Amino acid sequence: MSKGRFGDHGGQYIPETLMNEIIKLEENYEFYKNDPNFNRELTDLLNQYAGRPSLLYYAERMTRDLGGPRIYLKREDLNHTGSHKINNVLGQVLLAAKMGKTRVIAETGAGQHGVATATAAALLGMECEIFMGKEDTERQALNVYRMELLGAKVHPVTSGTQTLKDAVNETMREWTARVHDTHYVLGSVMGPHPFPTIVRDFQSVISKEARAQIMEAEGRLPAAVVACVGGGSNAMGMFYHFIPDKEVRLIGCEAAGQGTDTDRHAATITKGSPGVFHGMKSYFCQDEYGQIAPVYSISAGLDYPGIGPEHAYLHDSGRAEYVAVTDEEAVAAFEYLARTEGIICAIESAHAVAHARKIAAGFDRDSNIIICLSGRGDKDVAAIARYKGVTIHE
Amino acid sequence: MSRIKDAFINQKAFIGFVTGGDPDLKTSEEIILKMIAGGCDLIEIGIPFSDPVAEGPVIQEANLRALAAGATVDSIFTLAASVRAKTAVPLVLLTYLNPVYHYGYQDFFAGCRRSGIDGIIIPDLPYEEKGELQPYAALQGIDLITLIAPTSGQRIARLAEDAAGFIYIVSSMGVTGTRTQLSDSLTDTMAAVKAVTDVPVAVGFGIHTPEQAAGIAKSADGIIVGSAIVRLAAQYGQEAPDYIYHYIKQMKAAIS
Repeated sequence: MSKGRFGDHGGQYIPETLMNEIIKLEENYEFYKNDPNFNRELTDLLNQYAGRPSLLYYAERMTRDLGGPRIYLKREDLNHTGSHKINNVLGQVLLAAKMGKTRVIAETGAGQHGVATATAAALLGMECEIFMGKEDTERQALNVYRMELLGAKVHPVTSGTQTLKDAVNETMREWTARVHDTHYVLGSVMGPHPFPTIVRDFQSVISKEARAQIMEAEGRLPAAVVACVGGGSNAMGMFYHFIPDKEVRLIGCEAAGQGTDTDRHAATITKGSPGVFHGMKSYFCQDEYGQIAPVYSISAGLDYPGIGPEHAYLHDSGRAEYVAVTDEEAVAAFEYLARTEGIICAIESAHAVAHARKIAAGFDRDSNIIICLSGRGDKDVAAIARYKGVTIHE
Repeated sequence: MSRIKDAFINQKAFIGFVTGGDPDLKTSEEIILKMIAGGCDLIEIGIPFSDPVAEGPVIQEANLRALAAGATVDSIFTLAASVRAKTAVPLVLLTYLNPVYHYGYQDFFAGCRRSGIDGIIIPDLPYEEKGELQPYAALQGIDLITLIAPTSGQRIARLAEDAAGFIYIVSSMGVTGTRTQLSDSLTDTMAAVKAVTDVPVAVGFGIHTPEQAAGIAKSADGIIVGSAIVRLAAQYGQEAPDYIYHYIKQMKAAIS
């Protein structure tokens, strides 16, 4: 079996045209991840530019309201560009620069990864092109303009379902056409090896910090960490350094959309089956003939029919548990967090908040849980207003 | 040895691709039979897939049309079997891995054999991953076609040594679709392949004019044309078989 396996999942299922480039990427990553200069530069960017370490915030009012464990929020929403995406992007764009690339391309769903990539490209002087489903460019028009302000060219993708999976298809096609000067900044812990490992490593700063911060604050490990999962990058980052701590429950929250009893959801682990797509073996929402299913979520960032291979493995091995959270529950949690803690979080992250609300009562009052607040919710305000039937003039 | 070698005996092979079930299964079969009548020496039948990542817009749309018309892996097997009953021309399936994986490797290749399929091309299954599938293909006598790209470089010898049926040389970077200019490195790639194997080499991606075909056929054993044929299917729908027949006659003449 090939490299980059997580149990049976992972691998490198890509066209021959990309194989040498992927091998070169792996070799370079293996070198630079152990290079003190690279690591110093990356840490400087993360700390001096992106604002790390991010806060581990004790949500006192939420804790009191839920009457269960002490609730902490890992505030990735406070990073520069407003989400965890910058952690991975700074790492990959710096790596691309070391590899001599002058141009980066990326897919984006909600636009957070696109904005982060455009930002890093501006900072490091790279040309940048972003592929975004046409439907998402409409749902997240503000982020499109943000990327353009940062000097990126945004291509609305009109093929297929015009959402995140189609944006990935189109970015892969573009990369196949032009690898010599271009790096594909994959935004999640997915795709062919070495991407799931690279992205996980760059995102693992979340749990590295959170583990130290919770020990400092509470003197004990959390009973659970909770994160939303689309492709799964913030969740993988939030889980990673807790994986050896068997007493810590790892809970990933997928998008149930209008319900897992309908066909309007993106709940890959809950409803999907094993498959091979976008360069990896993992779980996918698909039909009886292996056609990739159209998926749906109010959250453009979770609206993806697959999940990263390491999550698939954590599911198979029972180390992590995956649950599905509906649009309705996520919107309620979005409003709840705003009113209870004065934090407007991303609708993606609200899926994790919603599940934490559901399960809090089952934990001891002297235990604690950490919710990864993967992003801030400014981008979602208009969509939530629409969902609630409120007319606003932007 | 499969029927595939017959396509290359004493001639330059003209290999035509069509998306199975586009615009519908009945017309698709008529198209294939007309392609053979027009001079196709080998037929590639695409199993439609929702997300054909290696394809340009023309074949992407054909995939969606075929799926919308109800094509499935099973109906493509039925189509192939029906063609096989009428001709000895080698038939090769082109499919992404997921439909094969989901069907189950054992059942899929048994289905290939029953339907008279000779080979299979899987664009998202590189050399490194083929081990999981190849024993099932070999058991049923189905050749797994090797793809070689302009970027393959030092990988060429290893890829070519393992090849069976024919070797598919990808003429240019990017996805399928007609092009006016093909890769400069094509001649070098072909020479590197020829140095290690006697398996015939066919060149595809971007070829659509008789002049291009004639040029490439000087050094290649065959040429592969896909998007240009699929475009005619899109343009003429149920009337497409005759247009495709005339197009293929002209292309085959250019390399004969």
